[in-house]
Amino acid sequence: MDTEQKLRKVGLSEDEYKNIKDILSREPNDLELELIGVMWSEHCSYKSTRPLLRTFPSKGKYVLQGQGENAGVVDMGEGWGFAFKVESHNHPSAVAPFQGAATGVGGIIRDIIAMGARPCVSMDGLFFGDAALRKTQNLAKGIVEGIGAYGNAVGVPIVGGKTFYSSCYNDNPLVNAFSAGYVRLDKMASSQTAKPGDLAVLLGSKTGRDGIAGASFASRELEDDAKASKPQIQIGDPFEEKLLIECCMDLLQKDLIASMQDMGAAGILSSSSEIAEKSGCGVDIIVEKIPLREADMLPWEIFLSESQERMLLIVEKEKLDPVFALAKHYGLDCAVVGTMTDSGRYRVYKNDVLLADLPTSILGDTPEIIREAKCPEDLSERQRLDLSKLRSDDLAGDLLKMLSCPNGHKKDAIWVQYDSMVQLHTIAGNGEPAAVVEVPDTNRACVLTMEAEPYKCHTDPYKGAVETMALSLRGIWLTGAEALGMTNCLNFASPEYPEKFYELKEAIRGLADTCRALDCPVVSGNVSLYNETAAGQIYPTPLVVTAGLVVDRNNIIRSGRTQQGDIIYVVGKTEGSLAASRYQDHKSGKPLGATVAPDFENEKKFRDRAIKTAELQLARSGRVAAGGGLAVAFANEAIASEIGMRISISPEDSPESLLFSEGGARAVYSVAPEKSAEFEALWSDFSLTRAGIAGGSDLVWDNIFTLSVDRLRDAFAGSVGENK
Amino acid sequence: MRVSIVVFPGSNCDRDVQRAVSETLKTQVDMVWHEEREFPEKPDLVVLPGGFSYGDYLRSGAMAARSPIIDSVRAHAASGGLLLGICNGFQVLTEARLLPGALLANTSMTFLCKKCWLRVESTDNHFTSGLKKGDIVQYPIAHHEGLYFLPEKELKALEDDGRVVFRYADKDTGKAGAEYAPNGALNGIAGICNKEGNILGLMPHPERSTFGHLNGGSDGREFWLSVARDFAERGAF
Repeated sequence: MDTEQKLRKVGLSEDEYKNIKDILSREPNDLELELIGVMWSEHCSYKSTRPLLRTFPSKGKYVLQGQGENAGVVDMGEGWGFAFKVESHNHPSAVAPFQGAATGVGGIIRDIIAMGARPCVSMDGLFFGDAALRKTQNLAKGIVEGIGAYGNAVGVPIVGGKTFYSSCYNDNPLVNAFSAGYVRLDKMASSQTAKPGDLAVLLGSKTGRDGIAGASFASRELEDDAKASKPQIQIGDPFEEKLLIECCMDLLQKDLIASMQDMGAAGILSSSSEIAEKSGCGVDIIVEKIPLREADMLPWEIFLSESQERMLLIVEKEKLDPVFALAKHYGLDCAVVGTMTDSGRYRVYKNDVLLADLPTSILGDTPEIIREAKCPEDLSERQRLDLSKLRSDDLAGDLLKMLSCPNGHKKDAIWVQYDSMVQLHTIAGNGEPAAVVEVPDTNRACVLTMEAEPYKCHTDPYKGAVETMALSLRGIWLTGAEALGMTNCLNFASPEYPEKFYELKEAIRGLADTCRALDCPVVSGNVSLYNETAAGQIYPTPLVVTAGLVVDRNNIIRSGRTQQGDIIYVVGKTEGSLAASRYQDHKSGKPLGATVAPDFENEKKFRDRAIKTAELQLARSGRVAAGGGLAVAFANEAIASEIGMRISISPEDSPESLLFSEGGARAVYSVAPEKSAEFEALWSDFSLTRAGIAGGSDLVWDNIFTLSVDRLRDAFAGSVGENK
Repeated sequence: MRVSIVVFPGSNCDRDVQRAVSETLKTQVDMVWHEEREFPEKPDLVVLPGGFSYGDYLRSGAMAARSPIIDSVRAHAASGGLLLGICNGFQVLTEARLLPGALLANTSMTFLCKKCWLRVESTDNHFTSGLKKGDIVQYPIAHHEGLYFLPEKELKALEDDGRVVFRYADKDTGKAGAEYAPNGALNGIAGICNKEGNILGLMPHPERSTFGHLNGGSDGREFWLSVARDFAERGAF
């Protein structure tokens, strides 16, 4: 193989190769080139996005551990940290939906374990193609079953998520797996605390040929013949993972681990080199000590294998015996595979022969690429929206469609396949606007929201990203929680196209501006690029998960609790924008128009009043206006509360805009009559509209429509409308 | 009352049952690893919790039914001690032949997790004696193999003996039977006991409806109190 072929195989450019030779002052050997190639891949190195990710605000009064660790950790009070992160498993799920999605769940759970936390909740962001396609249905079935099979068996409840359908995901579905866990502050683990002389110990599964070089697989477009990528798919074993959780919790409880790291992309290589680099050490790995599934594996295969359910532990010599004893108790394989050194070198030995000798910095401190960004030529076209084409001649029928369309109808068929109750701490789970879980042994509660707005990000990546983040925050605030931090998964097409890189850059700017303005630091995240096939590219899909805290769980505002006689209020403007809304997409067949402009001052006012409303328990029920606008918010509230409402707001712009427009800080509240004066006083210097009253069995909108709650419920169940 | 919960590799409701029992009954709960051959202290109630013991990779509960601790579980039940199997624990009890029948895959062929309404069919045992026959209670389900199956003749005998303790039901009408079973269970059977009434197996999870502020409801609380009351009246065996 000549140099050019070798470089192609490991995914390095000529320039990068020259750079490597400069750093080493020699030619790398084949194994070294493989190791560097993987660590310099987009998937492992974030080389295109690191300069952008640095613009995220990372500090905040609740942040205990920010970006750069396996997961971020925020302070939930009373000695509890909350570790959380979201990560994509898009390419594997496109090729092997069941295993791809299952191992996505397993992988993110190990990130949480690596922080010393017991995984306690999971959520999933799923983006599927056209719901009417058989291909989509098959992919969705496999992905949902895979998530359920892994999550249910490993005993981590799935308490919420986001499911979104659009033909842009036909060939490239997205699976974004979120997991989180609680950790006592004095038991937090880190990948930065290894010392020379400590031993590198592999715990869990043996290393096999599955998932070899998955990282470089994720750093390219999906090929037509995706089946050829099968060897890069990993196979999950939730039983092994469950034992791994229990064993690691036990090891941490007994203070037997100096440092730890999960094995994700680029397996042994990335975990061991990251620990060495972050701890300022070197490491010697002895190849023949690594337990293998197949004896004839080559060193590069061993180092790049992405076999699941493995953890790398760094153990002080004198603690080795009790570590082995606990591993045996849980029936897990355990082996010393190397030693931390003070050499600053990453060295690989096999039978005393030195196979690779690299400075750890070449693996950990990887070069960045400054990509060109260019505003897409068709962006102004995407933003052109002719409102006159959005007229409705049947507003009631359109509302039913907003409720019954794939992005509107309830997702019980998915939720029912996930265990949402195990671990006995779920207060609000699947199907609720915000997930709420107990903080262990306290009266506190953690609130989680997951949001993505692909339509709005497609037509205006900056404003779309702002609205995504703001929507997630509004959901947190409405419950009465303060936002502690966020994690994100940035799903985009190839960064090598300047127009796509522009979208990525603008979306990151939108998230960063919002987080900075609204005091929500970014504590962890993941970037998934190259989400495209020959058939097309996905819409820019930044997904965010925000974690919030309520100090007294009795003071949470929930939805679906409206009662007879409650006064219905709209806080915020009654009309947002129809641009890139669910309604607009339905009418035009594709998203068009730029959504509302950011108004951070208004968001802050909303935040303060929403939190106060919960604290003083002034509302019985509440719900943020999101997809489908106010009409869908009222309808969903009526369905969940099993009660009618009479709404009497009149349009300013148009009835379509009043009913279906989206964007901006807006919510609906149901307030008991005796609390209404106090509620109105609290919101008096914010836009406040007395919208109607709850009662009866119909949702009546004066002069616009009357629909029975039964019909709304049928529509929401997905039994009306097209594209069911 | 002294309670022991057996922890198999892959059990995942062990800590939930521990919390439900210890907070409801304010009693000592021991967690016993499956490799033990004996219980550290003589328990009054042994619980086999839900989860995926041994990954459920063979048949659900089949491996766990052959764990080292099972001999002591049998001895405990044979001497009249209370033995409760929930979900995977029920599957273990059938695999160990401590209760008749088998749990097969749900007719939907999918995992099902949801709230579930049951009718109390029998109170002539040491678990539900404090509940009322005909009461409708809500305990959530979460399983992939919950279709209770027994050959026709044995099924009839089980019914005639009054050993069906819980049957899936409609919460509004109070009717119970196969048509209300989310998983296809024969006769809508959700839980059964042995002749002596000291072994109960059920697919739904009473521990998940023990704390009212959580999303599983609170009907299970009465179940634990019923077990404790029966025990207090009967005394140690």
